[in-house]
Amino acid sequence: MARVVIFGSLRAFTNGEGEMEIDAQTTRELLRKLATLHPALAETIEAGVSLAIDGEVFKEAWFTPISAESEVVVMPLMVGG
Amino acid sequence: MSKIHITTQVNGDAVEFLCEPDETLLDVLRDRLNLTGAKEGCGTGDCGACSVTLNGRLVASCLVLGAEVAGSEIETVEGVGTADALHPVQQHLLDHAALQCGICTPGIIVAAKALLLQNPNPSEEEVRYWLAGNLCRCTGYDKIIRAVLSAAAEMRGENA
Amino acid sequence: MKQDFKILGTRPIRPDGLDKVTGKAMFGSDKSVTGMLHARILRSPHAHAEIVSIDTSKAEALAGVKAVITGDDFADVENRWARYTMQNCMAQGRALYDGHAVAAVAAISKTVAAEALKLIEVEYKILPHVTDVDEAMAPGAPVLHEGVKARKLGDDVSGNTVGYYSFGHGDIEAGFANAELVIDRTFKTAAVHQGYIEPHGCLADLGGDGRGELWCSTQGHYMVREVCSEILGIDSSQLRVTASEIGGGFGGKTTVFIEPVALKLSQKAGKPVKLVMSREEVFRASGPTMSASMDIKIGMTKAGKITGAHAKLRYQGGAFPYQMVMMGAMSAFAAYDLEHVQAEGWDVMTNRPKMISYRAPGAPMAVYAVESVMDELCQKLELDPIDTRLMNAAREGTKSSYGPTFKAIGLVEALEAAKAHPHYSAPLAPNTGRGVSCGFWFNFGGQVSVSMAINADGTVNLIEGNPDIGGSRASISMMAAEALGIEYDRIRTIVGDTASVGFSDVTDGSRVTFAVGIATINAANAAIKEMCKRAAKIWEIDAEAVEWVDGAAQPSGHNAGNFPPMSLAEIAATSGKTGGPIAGHHEGAPDKAGVSFGVHMVDVEVDPETGFTSIKRYTAFQDVGKAIHPAYVEGQIQGGAVQGIGWALNEEYIYGEDGLLQNPGFLDYRIPVASDLPMIDAVIIEVPNPGHPYGVRGCGETAIVPPLAAVSNGVAQAIGVRMFELPMSPPKILKAL
Repeated sequence: MARVVIFGSLRAFTNGEGEMEIDAQTTRELLRKLATLHPALAETIEAGVSLAIDGEVFKEAWFTPISAESEVVVMPLMVGG
Repeated sequence: MSKIHITTQVNGDAVEFLCEPDETLLDVLRDRLNLTGAKEGCGTGDCGACSVTLNGRLVASCLVLGAEVAGSEIETVEGVGTADALHPVQQHLLDHAALQCGICTPGIIVAAKALLLQNPNPSEEEVRYWLAGNLCRCTGYDKIIRAVLSAAAEMRGENA
Repeated sequence: MKQDFKILGTRPIRPDGLDKVTGKAMFGSDKSVTGMLHARILRSPHAHAEIVSIDTSKAEALAGVKAVITGDDFADVENRWARYTMQNCMAQGRALYDGHAVAAVAAISKTVAAEALKLIEVEYKILPHVTDVDEAMAPGAPVLHEGVKARKLGDDVSGNTVGYYSFGHGDIEAGFANAELVIDRTFKTAAVHQGYIEPHGCLADLGGDGRGELWCSTQGHYMVREVCSEILGIDSSQLRVTASEIGGGFGGKTTVFIEPVALKLSQKAGKPVKLVMSREEVFRASGPTMSASMDIKIGMTKAGKITGAHAKLRYQGGAFPYQMVMMGAMSAFAAYDLEHVQAEGWDVMTNRPKMISYRAPGAPMAVYAVESVMDELCQKLELDPIDTRLMNAAREGTKSSYGPTFKAIGLVEALEAAKAHPHYSAPLAPNTGRGVSCGFWFNFGGQVSVSMAINADGTVNLIEGNPDIGGSRASISMMAAEALGIEYDRIRTIVGDTASVGFSDVTDGSRVTFAVGIATINAANAAIKEMCKRAAKIWEIDAEAVEWVDGAAQPSGHNAGNFPPMSLAEIAATSGKTGGPIAGHHEGAPDKAGVSFGVHMVDVEVDPETGFTSIKRYTAFQDVGKAIHPAYVEGQIQGGAVQGIGWALNEEYIYGEDGLLQNPGFLDYRIPVASDLPMIDAVIIEVPNPGHPYGVRGCGETAIVPPLAAVSNGVAQAIGVRMFELPMSPPKILKAL
């Protein structure tokens, strides 16, 4: 089970829950399960999120593999200049 | 409003054109003579991207009227050097990677060439003050100043 | 990871250089076509007003006028972000800021277009306005748009508050309880403009058959295509967008301001339309960055260990909903390894132009405030500013304040280089102070497409989809040459139009050298694989038994066969006979961009008579992973540093009580000029990014982050008074003295 960390303001949509364990092989599966678990997060996930998997930041990338030991941080989508 | 007929010389070639009384030299160069090397960055003489020389004097072509230039000698960046015979300022700007986007580059070249004609051995400070009217937003000026100083040295025969 | 490079690290002349020093390069406003019309835009003279009516009949009747449009000419679009962009290009119902477009004309000449603007009659009903972030956030402020307030926010903030973000971990109150000194300060920074020297310009041709051609100055022509085709209701395949040479962007050309207007005018007039902004329009109506109001609280032990840190960031981003304070909240404490940290941010709307990214968007102001408090703590506790930062510095394995755990990063290396640099120990003159600051940027990857053709004469054409804003065609050619093992000048890299290569994200986030680089290397590897196959066929051996070394195929061992190496040129020469053209391409969305840290050091002198601050010496240290073309990397660092100096000392959007912008020109909005500055020493640190085959990190944005605090900290030391507001213009410094 990957350890999923919901960061800061996104916790407002998980009833304050900051960490949870989700069984997922890919980011897509993880995001789908997260949206089911916390429907209030669905809108944010649909709009796009960035994910940090074991310290590497990914933008969307549905099929990035996640291992059982992974730490996944869910963050709002990032942009640059 | 009827147009004004002007005969003048640009980059050594005789040219003639018709322009509106309120049309700037910059607009004439770009829109009527297809010389788009001089750029409009501000239209108010603050940025130097439209620099050309008029009878040897460095001017902001956005502040000169097209109707004023009859019988003059004008030089734009297109007249400074060619691909096989670049002016040292052009070559050193390339060698020093002294341009990023390149929009200010034509104005910098015209202005720096004019400086070196009247002062072949400028100090760093003199180059900085001379080019203070040429805004560059990309480079922080460092490499531009170095390029102009080394072009000057080459023109003096010091490190050619 | 590759370590021994033949081409990376050299400084060849950029491929577009000659065109740019001879005036040949074609920028946004340099293209003209026969039969083209000239367009102009009419802009609101009010900060906030209802558009009661617009009468365009007199303008339409003027001889030479071919089309007039208003907001009514644009149909609604479903996606709300696209709708905001459209309504920023042309107001619908209300003018939301001074300079907001309300109508546009296309005519046979610039003169006629200007005359026509004067004949458009707009009846406005003036509405209350707000331009200050704190006033706009307060309950009771005039609200720009109803129904867009951030979810879950209470009545203590107004409806202009469109975003709330919070990052951090630990228990900040416990952290402050462990501190021996806590400093809590409030800061303000002004909105600044990207200040690219080239105003927005485009040439649009949209025929009655729905097929369009658009030439424009942009950081992302695919973005332009997607946004414009959505706004105009046409298929994206039918709109071909070509990116001109771009005269600076710095984030400001990552959206559209005029392109939908030019396309709509062209559609209505049935002719090509050229539309170029004036400098005044650039200031009044293209995106500046956010202004900010910030509270920073940091607790420290006497030895210099940070025990707790808290940031509250309030940014205003103009007249439409936006999401950018998040990046500030994520960046604020990124440089430090903290047990107890929280950074919160609020995005707020005001009656100002819609903000758009500016180099490391959101980060410079937040880091300015944090690094100012760090400096004050060091000063009060009599600690060395670099040693203290080293003690708290983020490093590999640090759980960052915004969530992820850092991989290999170069902050410690940059701090150590700064400490060891002669600049740090040089004596200081009277009225002079030395400031130091860290800075940080994320860097991004994103979608990218590269197509590479191996020509029969042994040369290579490479097409990529990202506008070259500072020499990327050089760095991409260098990476292709390195990967293929051939000379740099055998490769010609061009930026393709939207019909010639696959989708590519905008040139932003310091992503191009990283992402296009990965795609280039992968495309080269695909071509190499095919070339090895061709050599194997010729040698009649197994393709698996051929390897690519120094630009040539060779048998991978004695068992494979005994053949002399066959070069790329030799394989290419017979390609027509061995199976046809050889090419390689890659489409992908690489991640793992690798964050970048920088440390800047500046000596400033403040004239006590005038309050004028001059920069005496400047040294910038930055981890760039691997510098492909060191001269252009230095250029990025130098340019970013100087933009930051401008932000610190001169640049600001000044609004009057009437909500009108008072300084929309380079005379009164003063960006740094050559005589304001010394040389900017750029020191490149290379801690390879494990996420790139050559170790590349983005390098374009980080350098604008540290200068604000570095300059302010220098000023504090020079005059013995700390400033809490940017810019530190002479009148403000005189007042403080």
